[in-house]
Amino acid sequence: MTDLAATGALPKPKRDLLPVLLPAVLALAMLPLIGSGSSWVTLTVASLAMGMMIFIMASGLTLVFGLMDVLNFGHGAFISVGAYVATLVLLPLATLVQADSLLTNLAVLAPAALLSMAVSGALGLVVERVLILPVYGQHLKQILMTTGGLIVAEQALYALWGPQIIPLPLPTSLRGSFIIGDIAIAKYRLLAMLVGLIVFCGIQLVLNRTKIGLLIRAGVENREMVEALGYRIRRLFLGVFMVGSGLAGLGGVMWALYREQVHASMGNDLTVLVFIVVIIGGLGSIGGCFIGALLVAMVANYGGFLVPKLALVSNILLMVAILMWRPRGLYAVTSR
Amino acid sequence: MTDLLTLAGVHTHVGRYHILQGVEFVVPEGQTTMLLGRNGAGKTSTLRTIIGLWQASAGQISLDGQRIEKSATPDIARLGVGYVPESMAVFSDLSVKENLVLAARDGPLDDTRLEWIFGFFPALRRFWLSRAGSLSGGQKQMLSIARAIVEPRKLLLIDEPTKGLAPAIVVALIECLAEIKRRGATILLVEQNFHAARELGDKVLVMDNGKIVHRGEMAAMAADVALQERMLGLSLEAHQ
Amino acid sequence: MMILSGDPPRSRALTLILVVIIAGLAITPLVFPGAKAMNVATKICIFAALVASYDLLLGYTGTVSFAHTMFYGIGSYAIAIALYAMGPNWAAVATGVVIGLPLAMALALAIGLFSLRVEAIFFAMITLAVASAFLVLASQLSWLTGGEDGRSFQLPELLRPGTVLISKSTLGFELNGRVLTYYLIFIASAAMILALLRVVNSPFGRVLQAIRENRFRAEALGFRTVFHLTYANCIAALVAASAGMLNALWLRYTGPDTSLSFSIMLDILLMVVIGGMGTIYGAIIGATIFILAQNYLQALMGAAFNAAAEAGLPLLPGLLHPDRWLLWLGLLFIASVYFFPTGVVGRLRNPPRKSA
Repeated sequence: MTDLAATGALPKPKRDLLPVLLPAVLALAMLPLIGSGSSWVTLTVASLAMGMMIFIMASGLTLVFGLMDVLNFGHGAFISVGAYVATLVLLPLATLVQADSLLTNLAVLAPAALLSMAVSGALGLVVERVLILPVYGQHLKQILMTTGGLIVAEQALYALWGPQIIPLPLPTSLRGSFIIGDIAIAKYRLLAMLVGLIVFCGIQLVLNRTKIGLLIRAGVENREMVEALGYRIRRLFLGVFMVGSGLAGLGGVMWALYREQVHASMGNDLTVLVFIVVIIGGLGSIGGCFIGALLVAMVANYGGFLVPKLALVSNILLMVAILMWRPRGLYAVTSR
Repeated sequence: MTDLLTLAGVHTHVGRYHILQGVEFVVPEGQTTMLLGRNGAGKTSTLRTIIGLWQASAGQISLDGQRIEKSATPDIARLGVGYVPESMAVFSDLSVKENLVLAARDGPLDDTRLEWIFGFFPALRRFWLSRAGSLSGGQKQMLSIARAIVEPRKLLLIDEPTKGLAPAIVVALIECLAEIKRRGATILLVEQNFHAARELGDKVLVMDNGKIVHRGEMAAMAADVALQERMLGLSLEAHQ
Repeated sequence: MMILSGDPPRSRALTLILVVIIAGLAITPLVFPGAKAMNVATKICIFAALVASYDLLLGYTGTVSFAHTMFYGIGSYAIAIALYAMGPNWAAVATGVVIGLPLAMALALAIGLFSLRVEAIFFAMITLAVASAFLVLASQLSWLTGGEDGRSFQLPELLRPGTVLISKSTLGFELNGRVLTYYLIFIASAAMILALLRVVNSPFGRVLQAIRENRFRAEALGFRTVFHLTYANCIAALVAASAGMLNALWLRYTGPDTSLSFSIMLDILLMVVIGGMGTIYGAIIGATIFILAQNYLQALMGAAFNAAAEAGLPLLPGLLHPDRWLLWLGLLFIASVYFFPTGVVGRLRNPPRKSA
């Protein structure tokens, strides 16, 4: 009669698991098309590694958009900057990078990654205050300002480092692959997967176990109500933006090592993929972003193998397909 | 009896629309003031302006002697204002527990207070760890009110809490608000439900076209059907 | 003022500047017949039309689309492929037009209808992705498009530089195919801009502006906004495609870098913002400023660069290198968005009043 009383079964947490199954389904569907089991494993591992790196780059963007209603079209700049800053550490210390010891290599990689994140984060601070704060709430101007920022950033990188491609060799202990039977699993890809998982778990921990995470999750849904509860959430915005840019920087370092080169336009090339991931996943949803990144990487890798000419187009088709199914992305978190 | 909340000459513009056109009233401390009026009269806009979600373009708002018309929403909330919006605005992705933890910003949840709240709304205990989004409309409303009272507040701004709820739940809500009143809270309540208005209201304000067109005692208005019809177009009783 | 569709410049300074620009463009082949000057002038004409078509979307409808170069590219490639495959004759030109324009419109229709389901920022991101995919496609389908190298072709006899119609001795300047092509482009661009002026000042144009202000309200008032947005998309696409065709005719070449690259999209964005969004005239001003800067500012920067390099200053040479002209224009762009959101045209029309 009434739901005042505490009778009735506990509402089961309605878990929306369908999107979670998508990557697995896609991977399995590819098996017959690819034919050889070992090729499939290689491609799948490549997808997972690439997916993790793209997730790292995209996670900041989706949180920033979900929470702050800000779309930074210049996000790619943080990726490029991260990569360039890493060269400041890795190139002078080339001997340590060449050493065939995992510990030595990591001892050099870790500071490089941290420095990249710090610089990207600091750049994020500047961008937020200079480009985004002044036009807060005006989407059109935001797009224009951040696009302008992208142009300036890229040109500044050219001015500082020159237009040539800078090679960035992989550390020696991370070269090569583990061979299992006739399957080769690249060592660096395993590292990438590991880092990606750590970032994902770290973000989930913060979001679900801390008060700040609580504020972020609530703020993504309804910023006004969080303020009405007495929280100055705008200060949190800046923090989230900086973490997002820092993560993009980390993604940039990892990607640069993956491709073993650094170039000012790498941010731009990745921006499109990152945007697709964020759209597919649903703005503001970390889980959606994770799944989206996996799907995009899979389509890029499997697609690259099966129909090489249509790699990027197939990602567009993926995006269109998902939007037809769920117009707001896999997980629609924001209330907008 | 002091006036806890004072509005003087308050105007609010939203975009090109001039929504509040010189709103003036006082909310006495320890009493419940009803804000009535047709849909679109400006009642929700008034609450939103008080809590700072919209900034008044002119006029003064004072809370406990302090001017707040230019303050930011979080600062106004921290002065001891609880807000229950018309849309309830529960955080669907968070559990009931997390919703309340967030609302209890001055410290950890007070168990005694929680028990008291559960007394009115047992469903909240039952669904403590469930996602707020899976609650029914009535339960969400309970949660929304619980959030505003999980810690003592000086002023409660409540916007149409009984809208669309089953009669039994409305009864529980009224009981809850009556109890809060007894504990000395000051409430500004927008409500169309006549029974609730008559039970809870001490003072009444009627709004139309962004202005206050009548102010007086609730009891007097409840007894005067002609006044009701003049002010609201029909009697309060028919306003169900 | 019928020709301007009742939308005059409304500022003496602006009118003067526009007259100078247009007159300058009109007499360029007579006064500055050199290759560089002609190239600059042609580019200004073409981009003025292209940017004006983008202004229809951005300035009047309030839609940010990153796919505009796609239509430009379609027009370019249609002409190029037709003339390459069918030989340098007017039938090929006609074929190119007949294939290119409907194709552009079909794509615009698809994009317009898709904008139904997604909100504005999604739309911008999606157009970015689609444009990138199109670029990749053009490079990949090299059997059709010539891939990275693009397509070179010959023009019909009448438009070739070698064709002399009136020799120098008669008029004081040579009226050859090149000059004829130039005037073809000049007149076509002018016609398209005037047509756009007509569109934005029609009842249809006013509905677009209503949609820009508040889409929800426009819908509530009974306008089928999807129809209007799609129609605007189509018009803009047609003009862009036409501009692309003119560009191909001038360059006698089409490739991914001249017609589809993202930098062209950014250039358009810069031009429309600096010139003034929602004015159409802003497109002319913006295109002129940008293209003159692109061609002549670099020379200036080169001189500054040399000076700084000789002085041995640390960072300055890198920033002043002529290749970095875009850096400065990017800064100007940001400043424009923030300080002069109405662009040059807006500033000229409403000069800031000095407060008493």
